[in-house]
This record gives sequence, C-alpha cells and structure tokens, in this order.
Amino acid sequence: MNAVELHVVRAGALTTVQDLGRPGHAHLGVPRSGALDEPAHLLANRLLGNPDGAATLETTVNGCAVRAVAGDGAAVRAAVTGASCTVSVDGRPAPWGVPFRLPAGAVLEVGPAGFGVRSYLAFSGGVDAEPVLGSRSTDLLSGLGPGPLRDGDRLPLGGSTASGGHDGAVAAHADAAPWAAPPRELLLPVVPGPRADWFTPEALRTLLTGEYRVSADSNRVGLRLEGPVLERAEPAELPSEGMVAGALQVPPEGRPVVFLADHPVTGGYPVIGVALRGALAAAAQAVPGTPVRFTPASGQPPV
Amino acid sequence: MTGTDTGAESRAAVTRAGDGHRAADAAPRPVVLPVGRDALLVELPDGEVAEAFHAELLRRRDAGRLPEVTEIVPGARTVLLDGLAEPQRLAASLAEWDVPPLVRSAGPAVEIPVRYDGPDLDDVAAMWGVAPEEVARIHAATDFRVAFCGFAPGFGYLTGLPEKYHVPRRSDPRTRVPAGAVGLAGPYTGVYPRSSPGGWQLIGTAVRTVLWDTEREPAALLAPGTRVRFVPEDGTGAAPRPEEGDDA
Repeated sequence: MNAVELHVVRAGALTTVQDLGRPGHAHLGVPRSGALDEPAHLLANRLLGNPDGAATLETTVNGCAVRAVAGDGAAVRAAVTGASCTVSVDGRPAPWGVPFRLPAGAVLEVGPAGFGVRSYLAFSGGVDAEPVLGSRSTDLLSGLGPGPLRDGDRLPLGGSTASGGHDGAVAAHADAAPWAAPPRELLLPVVPGPRADWFTPEALRTLLTGEYRVSADSNRVGLRLEGPVLERAEPAELPSEGMVAGALQVPPEGRPVVFLADHPVTGGYPVIGVALRGALAAAAQAVPGTPVRFTPASGQPPV
Repeated sequence: MTGTDTGAESRAAVTRAGDGHRAADAAPRPVVLPVGRDALLVELPDGEVAEAFHAELLRRRDAGRLPEVTEIVPGARTVLLDGLAEPQRLAASLAEWDVPPLVRSAGPAVEIPVRYDGPDLDDVAAMWGVAPEEVARIHAATDFRVAFCGFAPGFGYLTGLPEKYHVPRRSDPRTRVPAGAVGLAGPYTGVYPRSSPGGWQLIGTAVRTVLWDTEREPAALLAPGTRVRFVPEDGTGAAPRPEEGDDA
C-alpha cells in the first residue's frame, strides 16, 4: 500500500490540487476547473513520467513548502514548473524545471514567483487526493474537490490514474526543459462574438485598441481588467447561456472579464469575444498591472 | 382556472409550429453563432424550442450521429456546443435539421416532496391573484422539466409554469437562502441545492431530497430534460379549496 505522504509545512497564499479538470459536466452546473497553466502542469508531470492527468500542486504568488514523508524511507521525485521561483530541499538549492530527488523527511520549499503567478509542483505518482467526478482539481467557484491547502494538511502520493493520462508514461529524457518567462505584455487573440452585436461598434474597437491592465481582483474564475469601458448597444438582460473558457464576459460596469478554468458554466452577461484557448496559460501567469492587448485572431477581419 | 390546461395549450402551440415546419417561412431556424475557435452557440426563438433542440442533440449524440463534443450546455434559449473539432461544418448542417417539437410529458418524473411554507408564498399568491393554498395546488399540478442547469452544481432551471404565473425576482435578494428552498423567478422554478445568497421568491421547502451528492451516481438529481413533479407534503396544497382562502 501507499505510505508516501506530503505534509504541508507552509500552504502559501493559495495552493490547490489540480489536474486536467472535470470536463463533460458543464450541463449539470459543474465548471471544468483544472490547472490554469496547463502546459506547465503537463511539463511537470512529463519530467517525472507521470500521466498527464496526475494531480499537481498549483501555488499562487508566494509558493509553498511541503515535507515528503515515506513510511519505508524511500525517496520521492519531484519537479517544479510554471512561474519561475527559487526551489530548495532542506535549504539546499534545487533546480527549477528539472526533476530532482526529494529524500524522505526533507522539506521542499518553493519560493515566491519571480516571473508569473503560479508554480506547479509534481511528485512521482501524483497527488492522490480524493477524486470528485473523475478529477482531483480544486474548484474554487463551486467548492468541488479538495479544499485549498492549509498548514499541517497531509496529502497522500502515488497511484494516480486520473482521467486524461497516458498510463505507463516514461520520464522525459531532458536535463532541463527550456521555458519562456511570461511576456511583459499579455497578448490575447480574440474571435469576436457570440454577442458582439450587443455592444456599440466603438466597443469592439475600444477592446482591440484600448490599454488594459490585469487587475489585482483576478482569480481562478477570471482575469479581471482595468481599462476603458465597453458600451452596450442592447440594454436588455441576456437570458442565461453557456459560457466557455476564454470568454470575455462584460458585466454591467463595462470592463471585460476573461474567463479561466473555474468560470461559471452559464452566465447572464453578454460575451463580446472569446480569447483563443492557447493564450489562457499566459493569462494565468500575468501579474496584476501587466498590460493586456487584445488582437483580432488570425483569419478574423480587423475591426 | 387550473395550472394544467395551460400546459396543454403550450403543447398545442408547439405542435402547430411543428406542423408548419415544412414551409420555409414557418420554420424557426436556429441562429448559429461562433464562440471562439471550437464552440458554437445555437440560438433558438424561445425556451420551448431550445429544449426541443437540446433533446434532439442528445438523441443524435446517443445514436452516434453527432461529431465528438466535450460539452452540450443548454441555456434559457440557447444550446452551447463546446469542444468541437470542426465547428463550421456542424454549424452548416444543424441549421437544416428537422427538430420534432418537445414532448413535455415524456419519460418518468422525479418527484420532489415539498412543504409549501416559503416566506414569499403570500406575495406570490398576491401576484398570481389567488389564495396561498392555490399557489401550492397550481405549482404541484404543473408538469415541470429541467430546461438547463447552472448557478451551482445540481441547480436546475425548471420550466412548465404558464406565463401568467411568471414572477419577477425579489427586489432585495436574501443574503442567505437555505438549502432545499423552492423558489420562483421569471419563467423558472428552482430548488437551492445548498444555502447561498438568492433573489428568488421562496414558496416552499423540498424535504427528503438531496439535489447534489458527489458520492451518488449520478451526483445531480436534476439534469437538463428531466421531468419533475412537486408533491405537496403535510397536506399543503393537497386539497383544492372551493372558496378563496382566508389568510395563511
């Protein structure tokens, strides 16, 4: 049986368990959830030979610290990706973006994010929290999955076969995985609609030319923005309709919110455009104050 | 005045619309809107047609006649298809589908026992122009259907009440609505799966009913398309009263 555990020494500002989320349940009111920076989550697992769907820890801004406790004294392997940060094992420097050995009893300390917001900690076998609807992801909107980590929590490791993984994966043969720092300016290619016609023609131009910045109110539900207001042409109330990740939903105060993994599955405010999914990992790593530029997605006529 | 005959009227209206669907001018063709690069939002003329369209999507998916799709999310008068490989292709074909009208009373109904004791029962009775116990009787006599879900896991937006019984949300939403509260808002009835803030007009309390339980399979009691009947508990609303009630 499995005797390897993580003991949470320092939970950090907000550290959650994440995998690839629980798609396929939106019609029941269940958000997809899952790692916000999915490529970083996948890389961390790949470095260890974990399946893609093995659960990792997603930190926010100031990292976290965990102690690996193995009943039989065996070592665990770990990898840290995502936001760049200092990594140490019992105070000694350990590499970022490279798998390393975490001896039994040693404390893995992941420091504050240097560039970016969220770092990912993967462990051989994955974090074995109790799955809910096939996923171990913490969903902060609907409260599904394990709660955010608290100091003193214990998390079992190993045996992760969450959905979405390819079992029997082997560790990537890499000494290090090059990884670009988040850009100084967040570029989000946007496909207009489905409700662009609920706004004035100027609103779409404003979106594509205006100077926006990431607001400190951003979270796993959405990237909130500071910047010019988008004016509505249609004042009516929008009957609730399905929402997608990347949707730029515009609440009555007029500034778009870019929906991220824990977004509500239906909403009653119009969506002026949808940011391409491939850009959302960068959105998840954009610190408050980062300039945001919306561009027409290629193949879209300029407005 | 009863609650059931109006349901029959709305069925008849849908059937009439369906009868005319061979004529191009009578066919309410869906409007298909792109949502990013791999999703479509299909907009229908009203909720009844949207429910019929959603039912058709599920039939086609069950029959293996729908391209692979991650999510089919019904809304008030839309259906979102998310996770499509070739959305444009599907968009072109689904606008041509012949969708049979919704059969509201098809399939077994989930029965939810209710005590009609909500704090807004008198207000709703006043808006409906009936006695409070009439509210319970009309509500319990209605054949409901889950049009769509949202707001929280397990929360279904139930349609079936005729338009004359649609009520606005409360002007001052409550900071806490208890789990199990049965509320009305616009065309919808809903049961709160857990305590939360809420602005719906509360007419009762569901008893012995767990709307959402992740330990259960399926976790959600109510999924889009599920038929629902509310069964009065403790005699509330059970007996039709011949004369107007005194007070509640």
